Amino acid sequence: MWQYNFMHNALLAVLLVSPLFALLGTMVVNNRMVFFTDVLGHSALTGIAIGVLLGFSDPTLPMIVIAVVLAVSINLLKGVTKGSIDTVLGVLFAFVVALGIVILSRQGGFVKYTGYLIGDILAVTPKQIGWFFLIAAVVLVYWHICGNAMVLTSVNPSLARSRGVNTFLIETSFTILLAIVVIVSIRLVGILIINSLLVLPAAASRNITRSIYGYTLWAVIISIFSGITGLILSYYWGTASGATIVLIAAGFYAISALLGRRLNK
Amino acid sequence: MVNTCGHCCTKVEDLTVKFGDNSILDKVNLHVNCGEVLGIVGPNGAGKTTLLRTILGEVPYQGRIIYRLEGSASKKPKIGYVPQKLQFDLSSPISVADITAAAISHYPVWGGIKPDILEKVKSVLSLFSAEHLLKRRVGELSGGELQRVLLAIAMTPEPDLLLLDEPASGVDVKGLSLFYQSVDDLRKKYDISVILVTHDLTGVAGFADRLILLNRSIIAEGEPKDVLAKAGNKNVAV
Repeated sequence: MWQYNFMHNALLAVLLVSPLFALLGTMVVNNRMVFFTDVLGHSALTGIAIGVLLGFSDPTLPMIVIAVVLAVSINLLKGVTKGSIDTVLGVLFAFVVALGIVILSRQGGFVKYTGYLIGDILAVTPKQIGWFFLIAAVVLVYWHICGNAMVLTSVNPSLARSRGVNTFLIETSFTILLAIVVIVSIRLVGILIINSLLVLPAAASRNITRSIYGYTLWAVIISIFSGITGLILSYYWGTASGATIVLIAAGFYAISALLGRRLNK
Repeated sequence: MVNTCGHCCTKVEDLTVKFGDNSILDKVNLHVNCGEVLGIVGPNGAGKTTLLRTILGEVPYQGRIIYRLEGSASKKPKIGYVPQKLQFDLSSPISVADITAAAISHYPVWGGIKPDILEKVKSVLSLFSAEHLLKRRVGELSGGELQRVLLAIAMTPEPDLLLLDEPASGVDVKGLSLFYQSVDDLRKKYDISVILVTHDLTGVAGFADRLILLNRSIIAEGEPKDVLAKAGNKNVAV
């Protein structure tokens, strides 16, 4: 299978994207943002629709703009709302999906866009890989500079502020970064399952670790391993790569849940 | 009563905080001297935590908060803050070493804690006999253990003003007297001012130098026993 160029590209994309998703996922799971990132992923439908309406040949830019605006708005809303914003997220989820489908399905044209729903890693281009490389570098630098501030903010925002952390800046910049990474990866894994790729490695790692270092390390290992195994299996099975990767990661989650019970006994 | 340097370190003048049309704090005036413990009691919703959050700079306010440090009236003080509780998922894989290292160093904890930072973390925790908790997950700690860890973090670097939010909640009697003892030692040793928000009337009476009864505005202020007597007379449930 490695005689094909597209498999080389796909492998490179997996090696770049999976650790990135694992890293971001650790904070998404710690901060209880799982539903939030699902809304971001699904906002891609509205982004594509607006791109089509405005005549963009590549809708990536409108997709990113919609997701970033949504992410920042939800973050602002969280600051002024007392209690959970679960319901608001549910409403936004329904709205962005419905709006996207309504616009894209005019005159029965939705079938053209179903590729976005499940994605295609094998179609990744060297130019896209270049972008992923750049984004991975940005996330690594961000994680290095803001990692501790993010940990403190997730534990107690007031405590973080008493240590000089600008929690609003941290939360906003993190959600913007998250929106960009999720949107640019959608062509690879698809709207339907992109959130699982973000959540599963971190959720699995969390079951079996007791420190931030272990949490991050195992999330990255599980994510890369699921990525490579899923890619290879999808080649032999003739299945969608993104979904196959997610299935492997879900298997890891199940194993970690069982192991975690034993470790915590 | 402790011998303090006598200088007023923190002064709050006509502090008013409003959320919309709702007044949470109304023209509150108070001061804390160096080495002094000021207790704040009051019913739920009296604005006690809002007062601490305002001093931390989280809440917009009208009025003035003035600090006087080493003769200068404008310098921003170092504030140590011990929150009432942590608002995170208790099963999170965050260890005591992680949270301490994240607070006292810039080197990112997700890459592992470097040996020199780990040594510093141990020495910080040992201030409050908490070094044995190093590898425990924060979510597994008892109320008293968590407070010792948070106090150790708040004391590093040594602050000018220490804010304690409800240290009595979730802590048993023994843990609480250990906590008060530690804070008492600190203010004597470092001459720091302490503002303590609490529901524990018995404990605070023997510990604070002065007490304020707050219910959106200041109802009574003075010696702990006098304030508590007034609270009883005014029938304010604290």
